[in-house]
Amino acid sequence: MTTPARLTIVAATEWLSERARWHPLEFLFWIAAFAAIYLMPSRHLILTEIAWLGLFALSLDLILGYAGIISLGHAAFFGLGAYTAALLAKHEIINEPAAALLIAGVAAMALGFLTSFLVLRGSDLTRLMVTLGVALVLRELANRNGWLTGGADGLQGVTIKPLLGTFRFDMFGHTGYIYCLTVLFILFLLARRMVNSPFGLSLLSVKDNPLRASAIGISVDARLVAVYTVAAGYAGIAGALLAQTTAFASLEVFSFDRSADLLLVLIIGGAGYLYGGLIGAIVFKIMQDYLSALTPQYWPFWIGLVLVVIVLVGRDRITSWTAPIRLFAERLNWRALKRRPAASITEEHLS
Amino acid sequence: MLSRYTIGAIVTLAIGAVAVGGASAQDTMKVGLIVSMTGQQASTGKQIKAAVDLYMKEHGDTVAGKKVQVILRDSASVPDNTKRLAQELIVNDKVSVIAGFEITPAALVVAPLATEAKVVELVMAAGTSIITEKSPYIVRTSFTVPQSCVIIADWASKNNIKKVVSIVSDYAPGFDAEKSFGERFKAAGGEVAEAIRVPLANPDFAPFLQRAADAKPDAIFIFVPSGQGGTFMKQFTERGLDKAGIKLIGPGDVTDDDLLPGMGDAAIGTVTAHFYSADHNSPMNKAYVAAFQKANNFRPAFMSVGGYDGMHLIYEALKKTGGKTDGDSLIAAMKGMKWESPRGPISIDPETRDIVQNIYIRKVDKKDGQLYNVEFATFEAVKDPVKEASKK
Amino acid sequence: MLTILFDGIAYGMLLFVLASGLAVTLGLMNFVNLAHGAFAMAGGYITVILVNRLGLPFFASLPIAFLASALIGFVFERTLYVHVYRKSHLDQVLFTIGLVFMSVATVDYFLGSSQVFVQVPDTLQGQFSVSGVGIGRYRLLIIIVCGLLTIALQFVFANTRFGSRLRAAVDDSRVARGLGINVNRIFAVTFAFGSGLAGLGGALGAEILGLDPTFPLKFMIYFLIVVTVGGTSSITGPFFASLLLGISDVAGKYYVPTLGAFVIYTIMIIILIWRPQGLFSRASSR
Repeated sequence: MTTPARLTIVAATEWLSERARWHPLEFLFWIAAFAAIYLMPSRHLILTEIAWLGLFALSLDLILGYAGIISLGHAAFFGLGAYTAALLAKHEIINEPAAALLIAGVAAMALGFLTSFLVLRGSDLTRLMVTLGVALVLRELANRNGWLTGGADGLQGVTIKPLLGTFRFDMFGHTGYIYCLTVLFILFLLARRMVNSPFGLSLLSVKDNPLRASAIGISVDARLVAVYTVAAGYAGIAGALLAQTTAFASLEVFSFDRSADLLLVLIIGGAGYLYGGLIGAIVFKIMQDYLSALTPQYWPFWIGLVLVVIVLVGRDRITSWTAPIRLFAERLNWRALKRRPAASITEEHLS
Repeated sequence: MLSRYTIGAIVTLAIGAVAVGGASAQDTMKVGLIVSMTGQQASTGKQIKAAVDLYMKEHGDTVAGKKVQVILRDSASVPDNTKRLAQELIVNDKVSVIAGFEITPAALVVAPLATEAKVVELVMAAGTSIITEKSPYIVRTSFTVPQSCVIIADWASKNNIKKVVSIVSDYAPGFDAEKSFGERFKAAGGEVAEAIRVPLANPDFAPFLQRAADAKPDAIFIFVPSGQGGTFMKQFTERGLDKAGIKLIGPGDVTDDDLLPGMGDAAIGTVTAHFYSADHNSPMNKAYVAAFQKANNFRPAFMSVGGYDGMHLIYEALKKTGGKTDGDSLIAAMKGMKWESPRGPISIDPETRDIVQNIYIRKVDKKDGQLYNVEFATFEAVKDPVKEASKK
Repeated sequence: MLTILFDGIAYGMLLFVLASGLAVTLGLMNFVNLAHGAFAMAGGYITVILVNRLGLPFFASLPIAFLASALIGFVFERTLYVHVYRKSHLDQVLFTIGLVFMSVATVDYFLGSSQVFVQVPDTLQGQFSVSGVGIGRYRLLIIIVCGLLTIALQFVFANTRFGSRLRAAVDDSRVARGLGINVNRIFAVTFAFGSGLAGLGGALGAEILGLDPTFPLKFMIYFLIVVTVGGTSSITGPFFASLLLGISDVAGKYYVPTLGAFVIYTIMIIILIWRPQGLFSRASSR
């Protein structure tokens, strides 16, 4: 009937598809995010920020969580995307924000490709510093070339034309949120597809042990370059979203603080499962907003305390508190009931 | 590692739990105060907040039948934060005035918002000339950098200073300073040997001071944001430039009252031109300084009067409109208003909505064991020279 | 021109004293301590309080700043840091950044947001000329103190038993443990000492670098640059790296002010591309 090789392929495909199945909680997450458009109209401004910050964190997750490249200079791509979009709008080269977004993404990808060779070698610390160096050099470049970027005062006089010709970016942030959320969702789907593909799996093996991966014929450098470029593009698009929703770009987009905050956001949410960046963005932004309204002067203290407590308590303990919800969600996973036959095929083949 | 989907559930619930802000009462007039309470410019934010609190303590919070409520937000000196906070204040909290703005980009980025929402933008700190031109709803109670720079240029040219090296920070107020001083000084026959620009963040003045000293000028004209004056002064004296006979002149940002007490005797003799000194000899100022120091542990500096007078402007405008809080009435009432401030007499120019005030020439001296900027000459009712020049 | 060289050397040596503690703890325990700058800030503020408010002489307060920071470091290490050793680098980053935020806000609360200055004695103000080269007195003090410290550190590192144990533990802690070296105790001592050095650096640097509550955040990048470029397996590595950075930063700003901060970052990237392990380290087993 079926040859052993064919069985392996079938089992492997089953396993890959199983891995890529949508969990019920994922549905819940996205439904809630889109429902917020109607249910929370007064919070659209902060939700917009959460959306592009989530996208930015997602881009870092691609390289940190899936390829093991730690970067303190991811803001370089973010900033490049932001300035590209702002400049395109200001000089009226491209009037359609969505098109400008794509171009900003491509520009950031180009930069990512060019700098990717810097992160191929070296330890964690080296990569940290080299990426940071790139971001700071870009910041200096932007500072020096004030005729183009507005220097330390930021790029003034940027007006964003209505999205798709009809949706004006209003003061309330409605258009902004829908726009950012849609872009985030589309890019998330693409990223999800990518990490659940054979390419994504090979990345995980590279992250785990590059030497072993290259020994079985996986081209480590090519993969790292590819994922770094894609992540740079995502970061650039996040930056463009910022520039377009605030109609402004300043040197802060390249700053060390931005990269450091991003790292915090991702670590809070957890790297390696794509949702970490999104969740981290939500938690961090809401916490920061709440605390800084409560105590405008000393909120960094409380944020610091929360971070310290999170680490001391430990993720595992936090995860165990949420076990009941997880178990409940598993019960809803009716597909799991159908999974039994595939498992038995694999077992038969192995024995 | 946090389990992927569980946290997703929790957070979805959290999103749902985020509360909407409460509705505001009809009899309250809300003022949004967005300044930097953390980060590099935190000392400015503190000064402004302290002054605003002092004014409200002295004058109560009810004006023309309305209760004035100040909502404080921290911008952390990041302009996109300022924009989002301003948007939220306008949309959710329905403020009638947005005040603060300790850096120029913050004021500029909120300008289109002020125009669209017809909300008064009250600049209490930023000093670049063009700010008030960006929206008809912008009014300023702080200062413009050129106001002080042209006055010191006049003074310098009349006091045997022929050759100057100008050092400014690399941002818009710095360029304003460099340009306004340079033009006025050269027009009076002086020579600006070199115009050096220092990076805005984390400056180490040593190499730049060395360059300036090598040009052997009569004086160094210096402009740095408030907060960096101390470091500059230290490095100036460390290189022995004061002993080499090079004078130090500039607008008063370098001898900011906030930092002056700690600068040491080396600062004595520095001549600056500015609109406010804690030593200003008027009964109103003496009372102001005393009350301020009692409430906080530091001296009021020039950034604070922007906040104090800003609140006064809001109160008086509200009295004049009889309680109407829409932007058009408030701006109309604010234009042309004149009053006595701790710094001296000031008014709001009806044409430009910018501040018109006295500029004093002062010298740093020791009084009662502490360093003060002692005023010795007054120039009255100085308008912003950049806008004046562009009118001609 | 020689003045610029002199200034650069002073700046570099100050950076070295500040960053040496970080270099050793990073190399020794592979622990990313981004809160290192907070100990420097503590030393600086302690000196300010001692000299300005309590009237102690400047030279007397320097050792006190060292000891106080070492003590704070020791206490923090025993109570908080021990729990974080086993965790991943990312968690360590999160933890130490949290500590930095807390320290910044605490100092802001108690001592205000403005910059503070140490009342330096008059003997250290100004400069004197040696054959046409302006020598700043304060910077001369820095060079002398830091130079002595460097020599002492190098001596301890290379010529004492403690130093050899330390080097062994840095090289390969598992083997060192296997040989009976108490790596944890070495680390506690080294951490305390490194924090003390940072505190001393902060006290000395308050004059030159400017001391305010955001100090740890501002200067963290420089410490990291020194440690990465210099490598973590020796004292001489970070020493030469700091000198290189100090001189190129100062010289760059003097000769090409339009490039300014560009210079350090570009040099760092080039060095790291050329030698990813740092200028002076051997490729370690990690």
